[in-house]
Amino acid sequence: MTERIPDSPLDTLRRYEIPEGVTLHLRVAGPVVRACAWAIDALIRSLIYLSLAVLLGYLGGLGLGVMLIGFFLIEWFYPVVFELHNGATPGKRAMGILVIQENGTPVTPAASVIRNLLRSTDFLPFLYGVGLVTMLSNRSFQRLGDLAAGTLVVYRDQNIERMDPATSTTLKPPMDLSEEEQLVILNFAERRETLSEERRQELAELLSTQTGLQGAAAEQAIYGYANWILKGR
Amino acid sequence: MKQQQFELENQPLWEEVESLMGDLQRKRQHRRLSKQQHLQFPLLYRKLCSHYALARSRGFSPALVDQLHSLVLRGHPLLYRFKGDWLWRTLQFVLNGFPRALRRQKNYFLIALMAFLLPGVIMGSICFFNEDLIYTVMSESMVAEMEQNYDPANDRPGRSAERSSDTDFMMFGFYIMNNIGIGFRTFASGILFGIGSLFFLVFNGLVIGGVAGHLSRLGYHDTFWPFVSGHGSFELTAIVICGAAGLMLGHALLAPGQQTRLQALKRGALEALPLVMGAALMLLCAAFIEAFWSSGSVAVATKYSVAALLWAVVILYLLFMGRKDGSG
Repeated sequence: MTERIPDSPLDTLRRYEIPEGVTLHLRVAGPVVRACAWAIDALIRSLIYLSLAVLLGYLGGLGLGVMLIGFFLIEWFYPVVFELHNGATPGKRAMGILVIQENGTPVTPAASVIRNLLRSTDFLPFLYGVGLVTMLSNRSFQRLGDLAAGTLVVYRDQNIERMDPATSTTLKPPMDLSEEEQLVILNFAERRETLSEERRQELAELLSTQTGLQGAAAEQAIYGYANWILKGR
Repeated sequence: MKQQQFELENQPLWEEVESLMGDLQRKRQHRRLSKQQHLQFPLLYRKLCSHYALARSRGFSPALVDQLHSLVLRGHPLLYRFKGDWLWRTLQFVLNGFPRALRRQKNYFLIALMAFLLPGVIMGSICFFNEDLIYTVMSESMVAEMEQNYDPANDRPGRSAERSSDTDFMMFGFYIMNNIGIGFRTFASGILFGIGSLFFLVFNGLVIGGVAGHLSRLGYHDTFWPFVSGHGSFELTAIVICGAAGLMLGHALLAPGQQTRLQALKRGALEALPLVMGAALMLLCAAFIEAFWSSGSVAVATKYSVAALLWAVVILYLLFMGRKDGSG
């Protein structure tokens, strides 16, 4: 039996080639983080409802009228206003996600209105039943409203901090390295602070058969190789 | 070129793009930018993109590639963002866009109209002769409340016996929330292969027809018809339009033609949106008329004349506005 190699790895990255000829990588957000964002928004909304009711409740019929109009606007257009302003409702902002078009541009007014009108159908039969089933049956976690509007909910890009090199020494690797292997070494050097010391050394010792080095020395050697790859090619 | 040399040479450019993007993102700084700087952004951005492509293809370190990618990602929406003149676009939409969009989709409108009108007329005629049928679509307490509301024994025709302008305004808010909400739901449920929209259309037809037939049988003509005939022009037409917009979604999914279902759905949604927005504006008008005019105690003849005028306005507006410029 032969194993089929998939065209693209199994991940939540969506690729989109922009007119400049390079590919954008968009990380789509799944149901759980979106549900959390919705819950935060629901809380904010209910606070607004409550304060509207308290403030306007005393003003008689006029106040009640304004309150009902407010309820209507919040029910249907609360997400639209925030999405058009900066791409995310406060809840989405707090969860680090935002709404964009499938082509990576900011969500358009038409798309935002469509996805938020269709929210009422995604919500059926209760608590986004239809929306959840739809999200789980396509690759980009789009609910019905997203599909019709052509929108994605993606993670906001974090600012990337570049790290200083771990060592200033430059060391020529004892073996020829393919481009992919060079990338692994560079990646290791740049990700070092996300790993514990024991794990770093354990990983570095994978090369012991080639370098004959153990422990901290093996780790330092790899940083040296990384510098060599950066400078000496 | 080695990575370090590459970084050394281009770092100033990346920093320049980054600070320019920061300015473009903030409203206040955005206004202070010179025309020169605005024109420079696309050039800088294109250079940045080619640096990103280079760094990727030459296998430079992942952190550098990620850094450039995040700059590219940040700039893309700034270059391709949407700008619009809201007031002008809204005005254009009301004067031309909405009636034109509706006329383009007149087949959907006619089907939705039938789905609403036929059950309504049939239910109304039967309810006019049969006193029990109304209970199949409304509960006993609802029928009793409705009968009481329109009982000519109440001094003032309308939803309740004593209404002040305060109450009028409250009802205005209520009609907005309730009726526009129903309109939006009638549209949105169309994505379930059109079934939802059809259900709302038929159900509303049955209830409204039933109520009309039932109250006419009881002889409440002079309270019921003058009250509903005015705002009905905007309200009923708008609900049918929302239904038509929903049917467009359903049709796109059921019979996408040469496109994939997803493409057809996206296109259908974009084409249906003007109908929904226009219908929402019509429902807003209806809410205003219903709250401040329909409930007022004016002579029945005046009520009917205004109603006839409103119907004429709606029909003429939808049929003829925006016919200039050769576009149907």
